[in-house]
Amino acid sequence: MNHVVIIGNGISGISTARHIRKKSEARITVISSESEHFFSRTALMYIYMGHMKYEHTKPYEDWFWKKNRIDLVYNHVESVDFESKTLKMALGNALHYDTLVIATGSVPNKFEWPGQNLQGVQGLYSKQDLELMEQNSKNLKQAVVVGGGLIGIEMAEMLHSRNIHVTFLVRENSFWNSVLPAEESEMINKHIQSQHIDLRLGEELAEIVDDGSGKVAGIITKTGEKIDCGFVGLTVGVSPNIAFLKNTALDIDHGILINERQETNLPDVYAVGDCAQHRIPPTGRKAIEQIWYTGKLQGENCANNICGKQSSYQPGVFYNSAKFFDIEYQTYGNVAVPEPTGIASVFWQHNSGLQSIRVAYEIESRAVIGFNLLGIRYRHEVCEQWIRKRIPIEKVLKNLKKANFDPEFHKKYEHEVAQIFTAQIGTNKV
Amino acid sequence: MKIIKLIGLVLFMACLTSFVGVLFVGQYQFDYSKLSENPTEAEEYFYQNLLRLGTHAKDKFRMVDDIQSSIAAANRAINNKYAINENLQNKVDSAALSLMDAPFTTSFYEDLPLSKVQLQKLREYTTWMAGKKYSAEDLQNYLKQAINNFNSGIINTFGLDSYKAKELTTNTLKQSVTGLVARHPSLLFTLIFVFGAATALLYILPNLVLLGGPGIKNNGIFHNPMTSRKWLGILTGSLLITFYIILYWFPYYLVEWILITEPFAHWLSGGTSSQWFVYGLLYTLAVGVMGVRMLIKYRHSNYHLIRTLSVIFFQLAFAFIIPQLLAKNSLPAIDLKNMWPLDYSFFFDYRIDQMIEAGTIGYFMLGWGIVLFVVAVPVFTYLYGKRWYCSWVCGCGGLAETFGDPYRQLSDKSLRAWKIERWSIHLVLVFAVGMTALVLYSYFSGNATVLGLNSYTVRGWYGFLIGSVFAGVVGTGFYPLMGNRMWCRFGCPLAAYMGIIQRFKSRFRITTNGGQCISCGNCSTYCEQGIDVRSYAQKGENIVRASCVGCGVCAAVCPRGVLKLENGPEAGRIHGPIEISEKGIQVF
Repeated sequence: MNHVVIIGNGISGISTARHIRKKSEARITVISSESEHFFSRTALMYIYMGHMKYEHTKPYEDWFWKKNRIDLVYNHVESVDFESKTLKMALGNALHYDTLVIATGSVPNKFEWPGQNLQGVQGLYSKQDLELMEQNSKNLKQAVVVGGGLIGIEMAEMLHSRNIHVTFLVRENSFWNSVLPAEESEMINKHIQSQHIDLRLGEELAEIVDDGSGKVAGIITKTGEKIDCGFVGLTVGVSPNIAFLKNTALDIDHGILINERQETNLPDVYAVGDCAQHRIPPTGRKAIEQIWYTGKLQGENCANNICGKQSSYQPGVFYNSAKFFDIEYQTYGNVAVPEPTGIASVFWQHNSGLQSIRVAYEIESRAVIGFNLLGIRYRHEVCEQWIRKRIPIEKVLKNLKKANFDPEFHKKYEHEVAQIFTAQIGTNKV
Repeated sequence: MKIIKLIGLVLFMACLTSFVGVLFVGQYQFDYSKLSENPTEAEEYFYQNLLRLGTHAKDKFRMVDDIQSSIAAANRAINNKYAINENLQNKVDSAALSLMDAPFTTSFYEDLPLSKVQLQKLREYTTWMAGKKYSAEDLQNYLKQAINNFNSGIINTFGLDSYKAKELTTNTLKQSVTGLVARHPSLLFTLIFVFGAATALLYILPNLVLLGGPGIKNNGIFHNPMTSRKWLGILTGSLLITFYIILYWFPYYLVEWILITEPFAHWLSGGTSSQWFVYGLLYTLAVGVMGVRMLIKYRHSNYHLIRTLSVIFFQLAFAFIIPQLLAKNSLPAIDLKNMWPLDYSFFFDYRIDQMIEAGTIGYFMLGWGIVLFVVAVPVFTYLYGKRWYCSWVCGCGGLAETFGDPYRQLSDKSLRAWKIERWSIHLVLVFAVGMTALVLYSYFSGNATVLGLNSYTVRGWYGFLIGSVFAGVVGTGFYPLMGNRMWCRFGCPLAAYMGIIQRFKSRFRITTNGGQCISCGNCSTYCEQGIDVRSYAQKGENIVRASCVGCGVCAAVCPRGVLKLENGPEAGRIHGPIEISEKGIQVF
């Protein structure tokens, strides 16, 4: 019987395991040194903030794995011998596999800053990181978070929930402005500030200062300012967690190189999720995408190919979501920054600065290509269909209400979006 | 703001302490002159006994002891007076022997030294035997049975049965209260109830500022010993359970509360207060005050604002004020939004008689009560799901959604709990329907026993097990231990009935938004009904579950905008997982 061994029990590895079990009777082993059971990494922040306990973040009850004959091994893979198809484990005997799936996820980036290994300096990715953060933030008054991405703002919110004052260093001149258009980015800047976070835009970390006992005492910015703090969160992106695979026959670049069937250069070795890098990414997609649902899709794709059903990775129209303190963010399709020539968008913003709608379209063909929503929910299926079928902006705006997914009795603003569009057309601004 | 909150807390705790404290400080002195003018024979015995035990001031437990021993003594006296004693029994036995082979007639008793009542009852019990021939032994046995029946019914008829005893204990104790509570009930009412509610609001209102802007504010819920089943929650649960046990079975220990609320009850309805009036008042205050907390916490969501205002309104107007006004006008004091089978006594003989006696309005009430569950439930549940009642109108739901909101995350999400739930709630529905059928059969046929079951016994057990233990003690007492919808999820027969409609014939569903779910678990954690919402959301499936009360909190706490409560066409309401690919989102 084919023994499929999956390294990593995150969403990608677990999706692979579940879908293999749906399609075959193969023996499945999932190895993780992070946790005994699969949990939702996206929920780590909520454990820290007291919204949930660890047990709530487990999407399946503990009996699920035995029932579905998925063997869970709580151990660490130190190295892989691809020749003999064996895994060297931190504890106990080596493990043989017939098929290997690498789903080891990411590790937080560090950029050789002086003092980056001091006590109280950390990233946030794993369950262990969260436990460390719990220790590091005990009796903490002052923290610095470095890096203006999604994990950075989550970490700021987490610390803030414990009444810890946060200074938030963002290298860019506006929060996440490589993804968010200027208006949306500015709304989030203001919202972060309204939470009493000390937001420092256009500011970078130079070094982290030792208090003399190996603990962090503060940081110095590139502009020379010293900020006292007992905690430094480094959230400047993540990289594939593949150090243990360096200098093997496996083809790696930033991540493990794979084709559209999740296959690596070695037979019977697959890679899925954050640690995998597409040799030829699907249209409109990055080579490495650290997104929850792409991990799910790759896991299913991988399972298909392992089970002999040829399939290729097709993530479809792009979408994603996030939450910045109280403001939810959803995006569908492509809202590029900066707006490319030939593309225009209609943008509406509520006076509160907490809600906005943006619809991007091609000026020539009129086809709608993307949506950005802040503080308003839109229907995935509806937006996806409009984008895929290249529905003209005029028609989309006429039917925009159909996309609204806000709870009942919430005020709807779609007519205002249409009015703004009409005004733009009238003044030939587009 | 933090200081205001703290002051509110300290003052509220002071009110709460006084509220409980007044139960323990009083002295009790029996005053014969304050008693009812037309005591029954048993009551007269009771008063005489109580007088014999002395009219000096006593503490509460001593007083209750004295009252209860006097009740027992009164019942003994009644029994001595009416019972057919052994001596008489022997005479009946020998008379039976002497009847020999002659057929039995009810004139059999005439030569025996029976009292008028004894004679009449024994005749009644044995009419069915007339004209038949019996062996001496059989006859003795039948007659013995009739005598036993008579003897065991004496206390119900002439004495103080447990219901009357409870009432008499409460009333006597209430009239015996001396001191502060007796002298200044209105002052204490203002200090404890009015001031208590005001200080609770003082504790809650600063949240408007302290919680920050509108949005989901669940920070620290699992760090707080009150909301994470730690010591404070366990303590609160224990106090609530104790309260319910006293309220249902030992209400006389609460006489001070009844006294304090008497002037308010009089002002409202012209009547007197009772433990049920106190309970109604506390319930309404809890829904109101904690409703304000709910309004602040969920102020970013109009769905929650409107829904919360709705439950506050229905509790205040329908459950509390209107019944008082009805009573004031000598009409049946019913809660017009409560319905069978949740209102399990709706078809009890005394309730039906009460409505019929009330004339046109009474007939309207009877009709209204039937229309509610025959017409309104199927129609509204089809259109909107059971939420139209469970989280917008119902009193149990109203308390759960306000007072119980801090505990919603404590519900059990396991598959095992779901399995237990499906058995228990539907068994209660079967019990409720069966019990009501028996009661109605007895009502129309005049026959108390059907298929060997005494309908009074069955309804007594239903009231005890379901009405009191399940709905009250477990339903609310367990809020801080097992979540705020224990009753609604595992026990409410009306919820079971609506759930069946919601599952199979309704336009309601919780829509999942394509592939946006990140499996974080907030929805499942905060589902008060213990539905594993995430297990559907992460597959892109709609949630159609019998138990969903449509509180809308899953949709509110979702950080990715994945869930939406909707009413829509039945076609495609229930579907399997979705697949996302180049071809778009496909539903299986």
